[in-house]
Amino acid sequence: MENGVPAPFWRDGPTPGSLYQFPGRTSAKVPIRERTQQPIVMGTSVLGVKFSGGVMIAADTLGSYGSLARFRSISRLLRVNDETVIAASGDYADFQFVKELIEQKVLDDELLVDSHSYSPSSVFSWLTRVLYYRRTRMNPLWNTYLVAGVHEGESFLGQVDLLGVAYESPTLATGYGAYMAQPLLRDAYEKNPA
Amino acid sequence: MSSIGTGYDLSASQFSPDGRVFQVEYAQKAVDNSSTAIAVKGKDGVVIGVEKLVMSKLHESTSNRRILNIDRHIGMTMAGLLADARQIASTAKEECSSYRSLFGGPIPLKYLTDRVSMFMHAYTLYSVYRPFGCSIILGSYEADGPYLYMVEPSGVSWGYHACAIGKARLAAKTELEKLKPQELTCQELVKEVANILHIVHDEVKDKEFVLEMSWVGEVTGGKHEFVPEEMVADAERQVKAAMEESSGSEDEEDL
Repeated sequence: MENGVPAPFWRDGPTPGSLYQFPGRTSAKVPIRERTQQPIVMGTSVLGVKFSGGVMIAADTLGSYGSLARFRSISRLLRVNDETVIAASGDYADFQFVKELIEQKVLDDELLVDSHSYSPSSVFSWLTRVLYYRRTRMNPLWNTYLVAGVHEGESFLGQVDLLGVAYESPTLATGYGAYMAQPLLRDAYEKNPA
Repeated sequence: MSSIGTGYDLSASQFSPDGRVFQVEYAQKAVDNSSTAIAVKGKDGVVIGVEKLVMSKLHESTSNRRILNIDRHIGMTMAGLLADARQIASTAKEECSSYRSLFGGPIPLKYLTDRVSMFMHAYTLYSVYRPFGCSIILGSYEADGPYLYMVEPSGVSWGYHACAIGKARLAAKTELEKLKPQELTCQELVKEVANILHIVHDEVKDKEFVLEMSWVGEVTGGKHEFVPEEMVADAERQVKAAMEESSGSEDEEDL
């Protein structure tokens, strides 16, 4: 007993409250706090299809808390501007964050009064950059987005997910929709291309 | 004439023996030499008008805007060193954006004005910076009515019913004092502002000017916008017709 502090029970062992670093480790230190999270309130599939005259996306209004149908009337669609709309499946909080980012971006652009606005493919490109960047930081926005719109007469439909994988297609579906709806959408589209 | 601050005007961190900061006063001179900008707060909105002098026939008249959007509901104009003012506009936009992100809604103009004032004031404290050589007019329309503020290079700000900055501000203020802005609607104010800017424009020293006007109020649903071109052209035609009439009657009196 020195200075009123009790002597530690052991040396060279784990310290209570911290993760024990085993001796003899040769690999580089991995950061202990990894930030890859788990989605909490989630949205399920979003569907998208191009048709002659434009493009359409659809999502239900449910926010699930695991198996609980917790928020029954939430919007998973976002009107970006006159030409573009996006929809999200996955973590709803991450979608709300992206929603605020996009809305501020669009407002900043509108304030310039230069008759230029973000086209659907610009929004898609930006979203891909953001999602991929977060993936590289191992701190993803846990969503799969559909971006749809019409710019100068041309329709656009694209999908980008939490890994930053991005692609365009005349028909798209996220989540379980990829298994159940996509075959139906593709069938309908291929029989009658826009 | 202005007093010379010999020796006490080298930096903004110096006082003169009579308690003045000359650098800030010199900044005000930059504002007073610029072309005129006025703003009026009516009963249902704010109207801003600027006398944009045509420096060269080669300039595109719609470029180099003097009136800027700061947020959806807030418009800004300036007089003085325009590049300085655009820096302030950029900072003001960031303040609006951060307020919206934190508090989930548009910033009340009162708070934005405070932030802009504090920002401009900060540049009057240190020798390493010079003060901003511009005055800023901010106008908005909120749930509880229209608001109009003006911030000077010293960082001081006041709320106004009507204000004028730039070379013809004294003449403009005289005209503005004749109005009762609280009783006028935005549409009426557009005509009054166009009228005043034409009256105070110095045709001898400055040749042509383009009238740039914007408004925010009930009429625009709370969104700050440029006044439609036809409306401005209309107001200008009426003003010119009235001026010709009055100069015509003067000629008759001479006969």
